[in-house]
Amino acid sequence: MATAAKRKPRKRAAPKPKATPEELLEFHREMLLIRRFEEKAGQLYGMGLIQGFCHLYIGQEAVVVGMQAAADTDVDTVVTSYRDHGHMLACGMDPKGVMAELTGRGTGYSHGKGGSMHMFSREKNFFGGHGIVAAQVPIGTGLGFAHKYKEDGGVCMTYYGDGAANQGQVYESFNMAALWKLPVCYVLENNRYGMGTSVARAASTQELYARGEAFGIPGERVDGMDVAAVRAAAEKALKHVRSGKGPYILGMLTYRYRGHSMSDPAKYRTREEVSKVRAEQDPIDRVAQTLLDNEYATEEELKAVDAEIKAIITEAAEFAQQSPEPDPSELYTDVLVDA
Amino acid sequence: MTIQILMPALSPTMTEGNIAKWHKQEGDAVSSGDLLAEIETDKATMELEAVDEGILGKIIAAEGTENIAVNTPIAVLLADGEDTSAIDAAAAAPEPAPAEAVPEPDAASGPGEAPAAAPTPPPAPAEPEYTGETQILTVREALRDAMAEEMRDDDNVFLMGEEVAEYQGAYKVSQGLLEEFGAKRVIDTPITEHGFTGLGVGAAFGGLRPIVEFMTFNFAMQAMDHIINSAAKTLYMSGGQMGAPMVLRGPNGAAAGVAAQHSQCFASWYAHVPGLKVVSPWSGADAKGLLKSAIRDPNPVIVLENEILYGQSFEVPIDPDFVVPIGKAKIERPGADVTITSFSLMMNVVMEAAEALAAEGIDAEVINLRSLRPFDAGTVAESVRKTNRIVNVEEGWAFAGIGSEIAALMMEHAFDYLDAPVNRVCGEDVPMPYARNLEAMYLPDVAKVVSAAKDVCYA
Repeated sequence: MATAAKRKPRKRAAPKPKATPEELLEFHREMLLIRRFEEKAGQLYGMGLIQGFCHLYIGQEAVVVGMQAAADTDVDTVVTSYRDHGHMLACGMDPKGVMAELTGRGTGYSHGKGGSMHMFSREKNFFGGHGIVAAQVPIGTGLGFAHKYKEDGGVCMTYYGDGAANQGQVYESFNMAALWKLPVCYVLENNRYGMGTSVARAASTQELYARGEAFGIPGERVDGMDVAAVRAAAEKALKHVRSGKGPYILGMLTYRYRGHSMSDPAKYRTREEVSKVRAEQDPIDRVAQTLLDNEYATEEELKAVDAEIKAIITEAAEFAQQSPEPDPSELYTDVLVDA
Repeated sequence: MTIQILMPALSPTMTEGNIAKWHKQEGDAVSSGDLLAEIETDKATMELEAVDEGILGKIIAAEGTENIAVNTPIAVLLADGEDTSAIDAAAAAPEPAPAEAVPEPDAASGPGEAPAAAPTPPPAPAEPEYTGETQILTVREALRDAMAEEMRDDDNVFLMGEEVAEYQGAYKVSQGLLEEFGAKRVIDTPITEHGFTGLGVGAAFGGLRPIVEFMTFNFAMQAMDHIINSAAKTLYMSGGQMGAPMVLRGPNGAAAGVAAQHSQCFASWYAHVPGLKVVSPWSGADAKGLLKSAIRDPNPVIVLENEILYGQSFEVPIDPDFVVPIGKAKIERPGADVTITSFSLMMNVVMEAAEALAAEGIDAEVINLRSLRPFDAGTVAESVRKTNRIVNVEEGWAFAGIGSEIAALMMEHAFDYLDAPVNRVCGEDVPMPYARNLEAMYLPDVAKVVSAAKDVCYA
């Protein structure tokens, strides 16, 4: 939980923030929406209302919020893995529809046929939600191919994790994206663990974004816990990609607080490690602190934002529990489009 | 307001858990994210974190309590300012609703009653007879013409694959397309099936109509995940919002002398999967008409071609409006005594076998299946109701093959009409060998088909 209420403005001069007060407030709000949504999803899972796999994004909020802040959301497309709830909310999808999909209801984005890992919104340019590790990388490369083919000026932001970074299809994609100068911004969300295996135990070299160098794809390491830093890096990367120079890789160093999925006993890391990141690097606390330090917002104002978001999430959770299960006819629809 | 802390479901299969340890005691302040307790599940010991803030007012399930059902209250959290009297008030709150009762199985459907027969589908609607001009073309040229006509018609159609552009196609199927449509729409890929198939799926999501050529379908196994998990399932998983309108095509089945890894029929693999359409043309007209339908179809369509057929010539309709509907089998040779079904190259064998059978007084009806999914069970069943006998011929293995499916379908739709068990002629149940004599032994041939047809005719 963000602990804005306990903070006091610091005495020393605040560092100059890399975003305007309005932007910081918006970042804070969007990240908090994701955080509270995920906490509620975790609760509903514990109550047995969400079944199967459920991968929470708590801790990583700054990555997708910073990226979307730099995107041209009218044309740019987004595709990601199964840890996708945050991306959907950041793309503007309705928390009610996302939560209802998690609870397997007919009002969910996929009418209860996709679940946590498989949600889409053509309207919001969100192309999934893919359950197979790294499968979204060639798909995102293909979305980039379509942007170039149609000359619509769009970029596909293709997210993948440190675990996916060891899949061969990522490098097949890099090769084609660089060869054909496709407008793709690869966003590597390195949260340090692929399920229970740390990057150090899985990857022969630790700078995973730098693997693009072999294909001539530029990239850089980014503090993925600092939303303004993410936004700044995204602006630079998207400018490069949109100008026709081909793909770019942003290596986001981030951290997930919760387990890989809900059924993760988390024996591969210490509680102290998690607590330390939460205490020192939490992306929401950092923005809240900046807002307070610079007197861009008062504690009361931040509390009001929290209350407003809690109301949105409560409404989404109620909607997701009260909506009916899918109509039995849904079992047989959407297998094929009628030719 | 007090908050009940319930025994959480910590894995997809957990129904109850044990309290291994409480990390907080009654009266302790709790913040979100604090470790409350350790819970033993069927698989592991998991940590239970606090979601809400407050004071731990009461521990209901003490350390060491076992087999606590999911959703049972294990503790009560007090909000700021509340005291333990609030716990008693909360105890009066209603219990979570019990799970819905499982309906009793229908006692009426006991043994002794015949299972309800599935309704027999009618034969797919007859396609309009083509009466326009034709020309003699190889299958290779017919496929090329199909792509060229559809690419002229729709700017979003493009062809990608290994050697499709400058080399003019590994088997020369895309001859001339680069010249006409340019490098934007006829694209040589690196040798990277997993990657370019996934890329094709993404392009289809993005509004294009890709034709992905596999140099042979043997190599498509590297791309199987994208064909099944990405292309076939996304329409369903997205509740109908987006699918992958694309064609995945290339030669399938045995060529000649290329042995096990390059000689395999994938018909039953793809036909197994809901969300895919699968066609396998034999003649030049099939090839042109089915590929055109496949390109226009809003679904992922697998087009299983055949390398040996590429060079064979047939009468092919010239009219660019000619198409062959997907899902429609074709009776190539009407007959009265036995139905023989097949597809692709094996149709050559079957047509020759039908002549041989005729010489022996057996009048075979030959059905060119053309589409394997959707499958025209109606046309096949109607034929069997007439002939009362059926043999399927395919290059692929018998076990779980197309012939197995036909046997099941005929049980469902023509059981009372069968005068003999359904018979199958298939590739032998071994990897394809290399040596000429062994290779010939592996494949169905005219003698095997004649023998199988005579078996079901008890001739």
